[in-house]
Amino acid sequence: MKRLVLIVLALFAAMPLAAQDQLPPAPYAYRQLDDPALEAKAQGLMETLRCLKCQSQSIADSDAPMAGDMRHQVRTRIAAGEQPEAIRAWLIERYGDYVSYAPQNKPIMWPLFAAPLVILLLAALLLRGRFRKGSKSEASE
Amino acid sequence: MSEPGKKRSSLAIWLPLALFGAFFALVIWGLVRPADREVASAFIGKPLPQFDLPAATADRPGLATAQMTGKPRLLNVFASWCVPCAVEAPQLAALRDQGIEIDGVAIRDRTEDLNRFLDSYGNPFARIGKDDLSEVQLAIGSSGVPETFVIDAKGVIRYQHIGEIRPEDVPLIVAKLKEAQS
Repeated sequence: MKRLVLIVLALFAAMPLAAQDQLPPAPYAYRQLDDPALEAKAQGLMETLRCLKCQSQSIADSDAPMAGDMRHQVRTRIAAGEQPEAIRAWLIERYGDYVSYAPQNKPIMWPLFAAPLVILLLAALLLRGRFRKGSKSEASE
Repeated sequence: MSEPGKKRSSLAIWLPLALFGAFFALVIWGLVRPADREVASAFIGKPLPQFDLPAATADRPGLATAQMTGKPRLLNVFASWCVPCAVEAPQLAALRDQGIEIDGVAIRDRTEDLNRFLDSYGNPFARIGKDDLSEVQLAIGSSGVPETFVIDAKGVIRYQHIGEIRPEDVPLIVAKLKEAQS
């Protein structure tokens, strides 16, 4: 029993060692901009930026301190009149395309956009062959 | 006449299975392959952005871009709350003892925590800038702590080391500093 108590105490004592900073969140990490139009702009951008700490979340979804700092930066820069796409470009310049969830129009994306067209074309060709065969066999009957 | 057509269809009958097999192999490969969650900076080869951080501790000056030219140096992004940062402390001390200048950026840190950290693990830094909003971290494309950047004499970022510097990483970093000299 005594040992159990010690273990539980040790668990609590170990808590502050967890890698988490003690600073309060950045001013605009959890505070919306006063102008709803600007806040909507910022929100739209934040939902399409990847949190670098928790990579399957956007910075709008994440409670990681770094995501908070990124939200603060997005909101203050939007409030200062910067365009969302300029901020996205600034981040892509530093972290690569990976930081953005919005697909960029780059040659590497073209096969992805072309694939549906190619599949449709193939389907049309296949169907054409089938219909022809069908009409021929009908004609021969 | 019907023979070649029959042959083609008997081969074609295996095509979906082969496709499924390939897809299955891809999924298994994706599951088994060790995940790479590091985001490398795309800012290598570019000059340091302009910044001027206040001092994070009383006994070291703050850090500004303007001071970071003249000779190659290391820029260490760290924090007192970061456990691996303590692991790399002996390696940073060894690099400092070789005469390499190390500048620090303390991410989201309190002065009292930082003092305690530097007292127990050593202080290899020439300057320590206080980055409470991760602004410099974001500006140089760093995505975590600790990270160490090699900066050349002109203030251009030449190399990024992600994660703690282990003893076996030291030679590579020294080599990158030498490269940065040219």
